[in-house]
Amino acid sequence: MEPTNIQDPEYFHKVVDCQYACPAHTPVPEYIRLIAAEKYTEAYMVNWESNVFPGILGRTCDRPCEPACRRGRIEQEEEPVAICRLKRVAADNKGEVKHLMPTAPAQGNGKKIALIGGGPASLTVARDLAPLGYEIHLYDEWNKAGGMMRTQIPAFRLPESVLDEETGYILSMGIHTHFNHYVSSMREVLDKGYDAVFVGTGAPKGRDLELPGREEGAKNIHIGIEFLANVAFEHRHSIGKKVVILGGGNTAMDCCRTARRLGGEQVTVVVRSPFNTMKASPWEIQDAQREDIPIYNNMPPKEFVVKDGRLTGIVFEKVRVEYDDKGRRNLVPTGEPDVLMEADDVIIAVGQDNAFPWIERDLGIEFGRWDLPVLDKKTFQSTLPKVFFGGDAAFGPENVITAVAHGHQAAISMDLFCNGKDLLTDRPAPTTNLVRQKMGIHEWMYDSAVVNDDRYAVPHEEKTLALSNRKIEVELGFDVKTAFREAQRCLNCDIQTVFYTSRCIECDACVDICPTTCITFTANSEDEDELRSSLNMPALNKSQDLYVSGALPATGRVMIKDEDVCLHCGLCAERCPTAAWDMQKYFYGVTKATKIL
Amino acid sequence: MSFIKPQFHHPALPKNKVGYTKADYEGSISTLCAGCGHDSISAAIVQACYEIDLEPHKLAKISGIGCSSKTPAYFLNNSHGFNSVHGRMPSVATGAYMANRDLIYLGVSGDGDTASIGMGQFVHAVRRNLNMVYIVMNNGCYGLTKGQDSATADVGSINKEGSENPFQGIDLCSLAIELGATFVARSFSGDKHQLVPLIKAAMSHPGFAFLDVISPCVTFNNNKGSTKSYDYVREHIDATSELDFVPIHSEITIDYEEGKSVLAPLHDGSLLHLHKLAAGWDPTDRKSVIDLLQTAKSAGDIPTGLLYLDMNTRNLHDLMKTAKKPLNSMNESELCPGGAVLEGINAGFR
Repeated sequence: MEPTNIQDPEYFHKVVDCQYACPAHTPVPEYIRLIAAEKYTEAYMVNWESNVFPGILGRTCDRPCEPACRRGRIEQEEEPVAICRLKRVAADNKGEVKHLMPTAPAQGNGKKIALIGGGPASLTVARDLAPLGYEIHLYDEWNKAGGMMRTQIPAFRLPESVLDEETGYILSMGIHTHFNHYVSSMREVLDKGYDAVFVGTGAPKGRDLELPGREEGAKNIHIGIEFLANVAFEHRHSIGKKVVILGGGNTAMDCCRTARRLGGEQVTVVVRSPFNTMKASPWEIQDAQREDIPIYNNMPPKEFVVKDGRLTGIVFEKVRVEYDDKGRRNLVPTGEPDVLMEADDVIIAVGQDNAFPWIERDLGIEFGRWDLPVLDKKTFQSTLPKVFFGGDAAFGPENVITAVAHGHQAAISMDLFCNGKDLLTDRPAPTTNLVRQKMGIHEWMYDSAVVNDDRYAVPHEEKTLALSNRKIEVELGFDVKTAFREAQRCLNCDIQTVFYTSRCIECDACVDICPTTCITFTANSEDEDELRSSLNMPALNKSQDLYVSGALPATGRVMIKDEDVCLHCGLCAERCPTAAWDMQKYFYGVTKATKIL
Repeated sequence: MSFIKPQFHHPALPKNKVGYTKADYEGSISTLCAGCGHDSISAAIVQACYEIDLEPHKLAKISGIGCSSKTPAYFLNNSHGFNSVHGRMPSVATGAYMANRDLIYLGVSGDGDTASIGMGQFVHAVRRNLNMVYIVMNNGCYGLTKGQDSATADVGSINKEGSENPFQGIDLCSLAIELGATFVARSFSGDKHQLVPLIKAAMSHPGFAFLDVISPCVTFNNNKGSTKSYDYVREHIDATSELDFVPIHSEITIDYEEGKSVLAPLHDGSLLHLHKLAAGWDPTDRKSVIDLLQTAKSAGDIPTGLLYLDMNTRNLHDLMKTAKKPLNSMNESELCPGGAVLEGINAGFR
């Protein structure tokens, strides 16, 4: 194999599994170390730079980082670091941060931008562009900013105060807000002469189920995201005693738990498919189950039962899963009798779709499959050059952190566009840095010791109290002591093992000490598979790279390190007599339109 | 500096026949200098014990004093151990071996502990043919006292200060052969491919098995001009043969050229397969071995691998006709058979 090119910014980036998995590439180990050092404000700002909503995401993020966490790979039962909840610790314990954030310059740059929709994508664009002097106009149909974070995430998971605080940081950068303003025509927006327009309107249309009885029972059949929005804006305060929720995603989990708090005594979730294929995050399913909400699987709904003009229940079929020759899933009726479930109210939470009825189709903005706009995947530019899309509005429903990532990229594009630059060739490269961590002979600037602690659980509010009021937050967050312990579980994967071929004397000290048998000195081969299987421990996880050195001075062999289960404990470098191994902190940052930190 | 090894190992680490992973044969974290050859030898011992499916309680590691003699703390944490007085490891090993012949004895010593202060002990352990593995971690200097030339430093070798060693170095392998050792090998800490099978073979040899392992001292003797530096050894190494350890009941799967390989049966039924033999050398012919060592010495080569093997060995217990059982498995009446037996013995002398 060719020697690994560590100059490629993506090589070491990929080693930091959590950061690599994060759509916004938040420097996770960096902020976790800051939390361990009780530098909560700094930890918050590292987050804020990357993901804009640390307090919100620290409670509600889909956490793509956690399944990626190396800690989950190093032993069978080992769980990932509680990355998401540590983020919340930074937000909960931070000091004053406003003065650390950029402000809008007194003198604008003369350019005007419209943001349609006040959710995470638009707010991210606003934050990245406001400090550059853009005059930013934000439109939203509700009376406050936040978008789906406000309308769809219940207050017991995300207190309003946290939302207000973090949206407030952005709005106070001189953003011109147009709340209670539903944009019904893109033409009108374009006619106002904005230099660029960003569409961050999310996926606002909850799917319905056209079943018999749907119309007759309409008064007590609700669409999940509409139900959640009505509760959030205090248009709805109660629900029937018996509530059935249809759907197995996170919205279904939020609906059932909200129903429990609005007076639902027998709240049931019914999913058409098996438990293990439910879309909801495992922890959200657990939280629902903890609130005495049973989940029934393999039961697609058949009809709504309406008596005397009032919904009384819903009938389900029983199915099992079968896969056909092509691996496609089919739900096949088992032949068992149908099940009738009594219900005063039914909430349909079976997904949501994009909807752009307000964008006229003769403006030059092309739409493709599923009525989604045709976009450049990197620049988020539509076929009408001055119009950009991001968040769920771009490629369909994802999550908050993805919307933030889109926002950053769209902001860069819009800034380049407004300055007449090329959106692709003038795009800034990521910001990287590699710094030695050595202090003295055998000391490192990071806690290299690997702790054995199991993952710590976040404490919860007492159940009866939590269920008594929908505004009482269920998760209480880590206290600082537990946060420290949890933070110490982080393996510091951003502290890279850097190998200097010319210094190596092939004494084998690194091979002998490596606790997870990552390092092998061997004859090189062209065939990667052959090399992978011939290492001291075969490197079978192909999603993880091999770090291959050049030919070694003494024997011409090569050093091969399997990055898969490296603990970043630094022992290879400690036991190396010639500093051929060195521990170096790799910083990777997605360059933003505005330099924040 | 790390003092504790992480508890995590590769999640797919395989287990041997007795249910242990390689990590189960490890010890505490080494406190030797980074890059010390001794650590590689420790790792080779770990690897060998894992591969022969050793039950850790069936081995006793015994050492003297010095960098080398510290290493038993860094491997086989679940085996018996005795860290004795400087140069006195052979005496302690002899006592232990007399008391319990059922254990594998692994003596670990250095060039100072063996060739200087312990020379008087070493030679007698060889000629008495204790059934033990005796490993010398040979770095040609006194590392623990700042790197003075040791008795195995070659004449003319230049130490870190720049001064030349005026004295003749002791060749421990030649000495061991001279004294009647029946398994003599030399290896290099940087060549586990060779060292691991040698350790395995030494452990199954029923007599005194001597392993002289050149182990560079990175701190005091890895300089230019030293004949025990990583670079020098790599350049001058000359393996007498390539060798494979063939465990009991396993088939030989490689075809070796006829006449150019030796199949040496070991005591426990395993085999040591030597191939690519050096010219004119026969590991079972003592004279050819001495020739080889002398020729190499004058040429400045370092012959490594198995040097000499004599399977018709009679160890100390055989020679002294001692009890077949370990003393700790005997009951009181066996250990103290009483006055009548003593009378009988005394009568035998009259």
